[in-house]
Amino acid sequence: MERTLLVIVLAPLAAAIVAGLLGRWIGRAGAHSVTIAAVAVSFALSVKVLWALTHGAPVFDDGVYTWLVSDGIRMEVGFLIDRLSALMMVVVTFVSLMVHVYTIGYMHDDPGYTRFFSYISLFTFAMLMLVMSNNLLQLFFGWEAVGLVSYLLIGFWYTRPTAIFANLKAFLVNRVGDFGFVLGIAGIVYLTGSLHYAEIFGRAPDMAAQTFEMFPGTAWSAITVICICLFVGAMGKSAQVPLHVWLPDSMEGPTPISALIHAATMVTAGIFMVARMSPLFEHSETALNFVLLIGATTAFLMGLLGIVNNDIKRVIAYSTLSQLGYMTVALGVSAYAGAIFHLMTHAFFKALLFLAAGSVIIAMHHEQDMRQMGGLRKYMPITYWTCLIGALALIGFPGFSGFFSKDALIEAVHASHLWAAGYAYWCVLVGVFVTAFYTFRLVFMTFHGEPRMDAHTREHLHESPRVVTVPLVLLAVPSVIAGWPTIGPLLFGGWFGDAIAVLPQHDVLGHLREEFHGPAAFVVHGLQSPAVWLAATGVVAAWFVYLKRPELAGRLRERAGALYTLLANKYYFDALSEKLLPAASRGIAQALWRGGDVAVIDGAAVNGSARLVGWAAGRLRGLQSGYLYHYAFATIIGLSALLAWLLWR
Amino acid sequence: MIPLSHVLLLSGILFSLSVAGIFINRKNVLLLLMCIELMLLSVNFNFIAFSHYLGDLSGQVFVFFILTVAAAESAIGLAILVVLFRERQSINVEDLDAMRG
Repeated sequence: MERTLLVIVLAPLAAAIVAGLLGRWIGRAGAHSVTIAAVAVSFALSVKVLWALTHGAPVFDDGVYTWLVSDGIRMEVGFLIDRLSALMMVVVTFVSLMVHVYTIGYMHDDPGYTRFFSYISLFTFAMLMLVMSNNLLQLFFGWEAVGLVSYLLIGFWYTRPTAIFANLKAFLVNRVGDFGFVLGIAGIVYLTGSLHYAEIFGRAPDMAAQTFEMFPGTAWSAITVICICLFVGAMGKSAQVPLHVWLPDSMEGPTPISALIHAATMVTAGIFMVARMSPLFEHSETALNFVLLIGATTAFLMGLLGIVNNDIKRVIAYSTLSQLGYMTVALGVSAYAGAIFHLMTHAFFKALLFLAAGSVIIAMHHEQDMRQMGGLRKYMPITYWTCLIGALALIGFPGFSGFFSKDALIEAVHASHLWAAGYAYWCVLVGVFVTAFYTFRLVFMTFHGEPRMDAHTREHLHESPRVVTVPLVLLAVPSVIAGWPTIGPLLFGGWFGDAIAVLPQHDVLGHLREEFHGPAAFVVHGLQSPAVWLAATGVVAAWFVYLKRPELAGRLRERAGALYTLLANKYYFDALSEKLLPAASRGIAQALWRGGDVAVIDGAAVNGSARLVGWAAGRLRGLQSGYLYHYAFATIIGLSALLAWLLWR
Repeated sequence: MIPLSHVLLLSGILFSLSVAGIFINRKNVLLLLMCIELMLLSVNFNFIAFSHYLGDLSGQVFVFFILTVAAAESAIGLAILVVLFRERQSINVEDLDAMRG
C-alpha cells in the first residue's frame, strides 16, 4: 500500500522535474508524454486504491518519513487514505489527466509549452500531497505548494502586465487567508501538542471545553476560535467573500489552468480541508453559523455578478465562486458529505465548461468577449453539445450530476436548525434561478443567435482538434451520470465512514435519509421542489432576454441603473482592496512614520540626544569668553580655592 | 629694623594691585604686561625679605634668575604685541577675543 501511495504522489513530481529541467532536450512531445504518462499512472493507481477501499480494505494511516521531532511534536510526511481522500485523489488525477491531454491542443503554439506541462504536473503532485496528508503540516505544505503553482500559472504569460497584476493579487489575497490558517494550526498544536489528525480529532471534545483568553475578561471557546481561523484559510483558498477577489482575475492564466486549478481542484482545497476537520467544526455551532453565512453570501452575490460580465471565462469564474459558496453552505449545515459530493460533480462539469470555453476561445483566435460571438453551434457541434451538457449539469437539470448534488444540498439546508440556515436557504434557492440565468445567457450568447464576429474570424471557424474534443467528451460523461450511482452511498449510505464526523444533533443528511428511496425517486421528488422550477424559469428568462428580444437586455441595463453600476463594479470589492485598504494602510504608515519615526526615533532619540549635547555645550561655551582677564580671574579663584583647601583642610 | 611682616604686607599690596590691574584694565595689552612685571616684582620682594630674614642667599639668587626670565618674557611679550598691532591695528584688550567659544 505504502509503495503504491508513494508512486501516486511522486510520479507527477518526477515528471514535473523532467519536463521542467530537461524540457529543452526531450522536446515538446517528450514533455507532454512523460507528464501525461505520470498522471495516468497516478490516476490508475488512485482508482485502484479507491476500489480497494470501497471493497473493504482498511484505512491506511501511517507516516512514511519523519522530518523532525521537536519538543514532542512530530513533523513527518504521512498518508491518511480513507474514502474521503481516495475520492479526492481520483477526482484530482482524473481532471488533471483530462487537462493534460487538452493542453496539447490548447497550448500548441505557445513557446512555454514544456514549462506549462512541468507546472501542471507539479500542481498535481502538490494537490495530492494536500489531500493524502495525515497531518496538518503536510496539509499546509500542499496548501502552499498549490498556491505557488497557481501563482506561477496565473502569471504564465508573464509579459502581460494584467497577468502579473492578477498573480500578485492572488498571492497576496491568499496570504491573508493563510494568516488565519496558520493561526488555527498553531492553536491546535498549542492545545493538543500534535499535528496528527487522529490525535487531534481524539481530543476534540477536550478542546471544546477549553477557552482562550485573548483579551483580559474575554473567555472565547478555543474550538470556535480555531475553527474560524481554519475557515479563514479556507476562505482564501476557496475564494469566499470577502477574500474572493483573486479568483476572477486568475482568469488571466491559460484556460486549462482555469479548469484544473481555479475550478475543479485547487479552489476546492478549502472545502476538502473543512470536511477533513469536521470532527472539530462539529463542536462549534458558532463556527458553523459563520461558515454558513459566508457561504450563503458568496453563493448569492457572486452568482449575480455572472449576469453582467461579458468575458466568457469570467462568467464561468463567477459561477465557480457561486458554486463554492454552495459547497461552503453544505459544510455549514454539517452536510460534509453533500459538500464533497457537490465538489466531485462540480469538478467534472465545471472543468468541462472551462475546457469548452477554451475550445471556443481557440476557434475565436483568443477572443473572449461574448458580445463578439454568437451562432457558434453550427461550426463547433461537439463543443456545443458538451458545453450544453455542462450547463445543464450546472443548473441542476433533473438527472444530471449537478441536480443530485445541488438538490440534496438545498434540502439539507432546509432541514438544518442553525439560526443562519433560514438566510442560507433563501440565498441558495434564489441562487438557483441566478445560476440558470447566467449559464444559459452564456450558452445563448455564445452558440445561438446571429454571429457577431468579424468576417475574417468567421471564415476560419472550425471544430477544435481531437486532443481538445476527447477530454470534453470524457468529462461530459461523468457530468451526466456521476450522480446516479454515487448519491445513495455517498450522501445517505454512510460511505465515508469515520472520515467525516457529524454529531447527531447536526445530522441533516440523516434526516433526509428517511425520505430517500433511490436516485430515480429522488429525481421524481426533485421535480416537485421549487429549485427545478426556479432553474427552468432562469433558462426561459435567459432565452427571452438574449434570444427572443435581444434589445431587451440593453433596456434592462438602463432601467436597473444603480444596481447595474453596483454589479458592474463587482460590489466595489476591488475598489476596497485596491483603493481604500492601501489608502488606509498608507495613512496608518504615514502616521507611524510621522509620529513614530520622525518624531520619536529621529526627533527624540537620535537628533534629540545630539541636540541635548549641543545645548549643554552652548551653555558651557559661555565660560570661554576669550578675554584674558576672565582666564586670569579663573586662575586666581582656582588658586585661592586650592590654597584655602590646603590651609583649612 | 623693619619687621618681616611689613615687607610681606607691602609685597601683598603690590601683588593685589597688579591682580586688580589685570582685572580692571580693559584697555591695553601693554598695561597687562606691566601688571605681570609688577606681580613678578612683588614676588621678588618676598624672596628678598625671606632671604634676609632667614640669612639664606639662595633666595636672592632666585631673584636674579626671575629678573632675567622676566626680561626675556617682556621682550617676547612686546614682540608679540608689535606683531599683534600690525595684524589687528589695535592693542585694545576688548578686541582680542579670538579665543571666544
